Amino acid sequence: MQGAAAIREIAVVAFAQTDHRRTTDELSEVEMLMPVLHGVLEQTGLKTADIDFTCSGSSDYLAGRAFSFTLALDGVGAWPPISESHVEMDGAWALYEAWTKLLTGDADTALVYSYGKSSPGSVRDVLTRQLDPYYVAPLWPDSVALAALQAQALIDAGDTDEPALAAVAARSRTDASANSHAQVRGSVPQGDYVVRPLRTGDCPPVGDGAAAVILAAGDRARELCERPAWISGIDHRIEAHGLGVRELTDSPSTRLAAEKAGAFERPVDTAELHAPFTAQEVVLRKALRLGDDVRVNPSGGALAANPVMAAGLIRIGEAAARIHRGESDRALAHATSGPCLQQNLVAVLEGDPR
Amino acid sequence: MPEVLKAPLVLEFPFTRSLGPVQSAFLTGLRERVVLGVKTGDGRTLVPPVEYDPVTAEEIRDLVEVGATGTVTTWAWNHEPRRGQPLDTPFAWVLVRLDGADTALLHALDAPGPDAVRTGMRVRVRWAEERTGAITDIACFEPYESEGQEGHQPSAHSGEFQDMVTGIVAPARLDYVYSPGRAQTDYIHALSEQRTVGERCPSCRKVYVPPRGACPTCGVATAEHVEVGPRGTVTTYCIVNIKAKNLDIEVPYVYAHIALDGADLALHGRIGGMPYDQVRMGLRVEAVWSEGGRYPDHYRPTGEPDADYDVYKELL
Repeated sequence: MQGAAAIREIAVVAFAQTDHRRTTDELSEVEMLMPVLHGVLEQTGLKTADIDFTCSGSSDYLAGRAFSFTLALDGVGAWPPISESHVEMDGAWALYEAWTKLLTGDADTALVYSYGKSSPGSVRDVLTRQLDPYYVAPLWPDSVALAALQAQALIDAGDTDEPALAAVAARSRTDASANSHAQVRGSVPQGDYVVRPLRTGDCPPVGDGAAAVILAAGDRARELCERPAWISGIDHRIEAHGLGVRELTDSPSTRLAAEKAGAFERPVDTAELHAPFTAQEVVLRKALRLGDDVRVNPSGGALAANPVMAAGLIRIGEAAARIHRGESDRALAHATSGPCLQQNLVAVLEGDPR
Repeated sequence: MPEVLKAPLVLEFPFTRSLGPVQSAFLTGLRERVVLGVKTGDGRTLVPPVEYDPVTAEEIRDLVEVGATGTVTTWAWNHEPRRGQPLDTPFAWVLVRLDGADTALLHALDAPGPDAVRTGMRVRVRWAEERTGAITDIACFEPYESEGQEGHQPSAHSGEFQDMVTGIVAPARLDYVYSPGRAQTDYIHALSEQRTVGERCPSCRKVYVPPRGACPTCGVATAEHVEVGPRGTVTTYCIVNIKAKNLDIEVPYVYAHIALDGADLALHGRIGGMPYDQVRMGLRVEAVWSEGGRYPDHYRPTGEPDADYDVYKELL
């Protein structure tokens, strides 16, 4: 993996995201998405025709719109025909596909975007449809319930307690005060139990949003960005789908992805973790061996804005943006998918020495 | 800005799923009040059983019977049950390791309140009165104070029963409140005044009807409203010979692509007011609105001479 990465340097050269909101009734998905697509093109000065590969991530189930990703392509300008792909996953996995495309040398630039409009439906129920259809989905265990089972397991194991979880929530929303895109910012009460032991404050806000990133290889990246965020390693791993088979207090898939991405070779200064629930940050910090000196989720993370299907890509974008701005030299970005951190992606981003 | 349109949208699917041999034995077993697990290569017993080892991906088929009693390994109190969940009164979600099993099963625990639930508590299966061969044949778990049976040895089982269950029907329903977005909202509002309003791309100047808010060629937002029609040209058509369910239209009839005057994209609609076998490319038509209709009921001939092919060939 590191060998392959060394063959071709690939960087995140631009990132844009919407202001994430509880509802965006007045906008269709493509109307919500277009400003971020135009945002990354403007940052780099690229035009649609300059993009060699386009890859997106979304899920039709969120808004209940069949083939919504084909309508979203209207915002890209897909004529004459472009080289394009889509994953029914978080945009972080679309970025992974684009990264492999650039590695092959078939493309020098890639546009990656993702969006999620959770407001038309009930995302807690929608996400039950991704579960094992034989033994689990017929019970309709919603996403908060499954996260609560994981949180209780952590409490039983002595890894955390309710005050510690509340502190994760408070730190995230306080940090989000500086993030104008975040949906929940500042001092927010921890609230009542949603599914015990998780309270409102332990859960991510439900909302709509979109994000886009541009990747570029080698000198092209240097032309497009003053300080590219080089992807020094990226990997993703998945665990068994059976919740009762997994050790819910740990995340071996995150640890393995991090190892393969080279995260443990040198310390990182920043980590953007995709932990929609407070207790999941506890699991991830342990799996990634993050010390107290690492700045975790300066953006506020998914507890401040969690547009499903975009929140993982946003972690990569936020980490890259800090490198672009010179606020980080080596950052870890993490994305997750599935219940209780089932599948995890880790990317390590680095800026050139200043 | 006009009022945002909203409408309920229900997606409902009865998924019919076939079962593999291990799933078939497990779900048939539940119908017969028997809980089966499967042995992995390293000697662990997985409940619920799967067909491939989650670690090695090896095919696993050795079934064993485990207890209907077990121990809670983690729990979460659900004070507001949601549609489809096992109980409609407050309950605990639990992972339960049944006696003789090495892994845990997700289900509901019927308990009076969160104070009555703890990790490590003993529970037993409460069977559903009517069982069909589904995970819901376990109605839920209930507290059952007894000694833990950590040493419980699962006994081998053939996995064979009378009348094996080979499939399940899993109903899925999701409810949405749909909003069409800015461009389509404007389009629908205009239609209610019997006007057809498209949007022009600021870059290539094409007029899209119905508008979707973006020019798919240029990738930019469209905003300028352009009223098109009410007359147009049939660019191409087909003859429908099969009656659609819930549609009260005599077959055969013609369904056509119609380029309204001023539009750069053809929309589609039914052609009426003339015999179906006389409809042709280039036919000039106009919209016919029914009383109180919110969109054109159909299009009829205007009597004008046919349009020249060169005029509409780019719109085919």
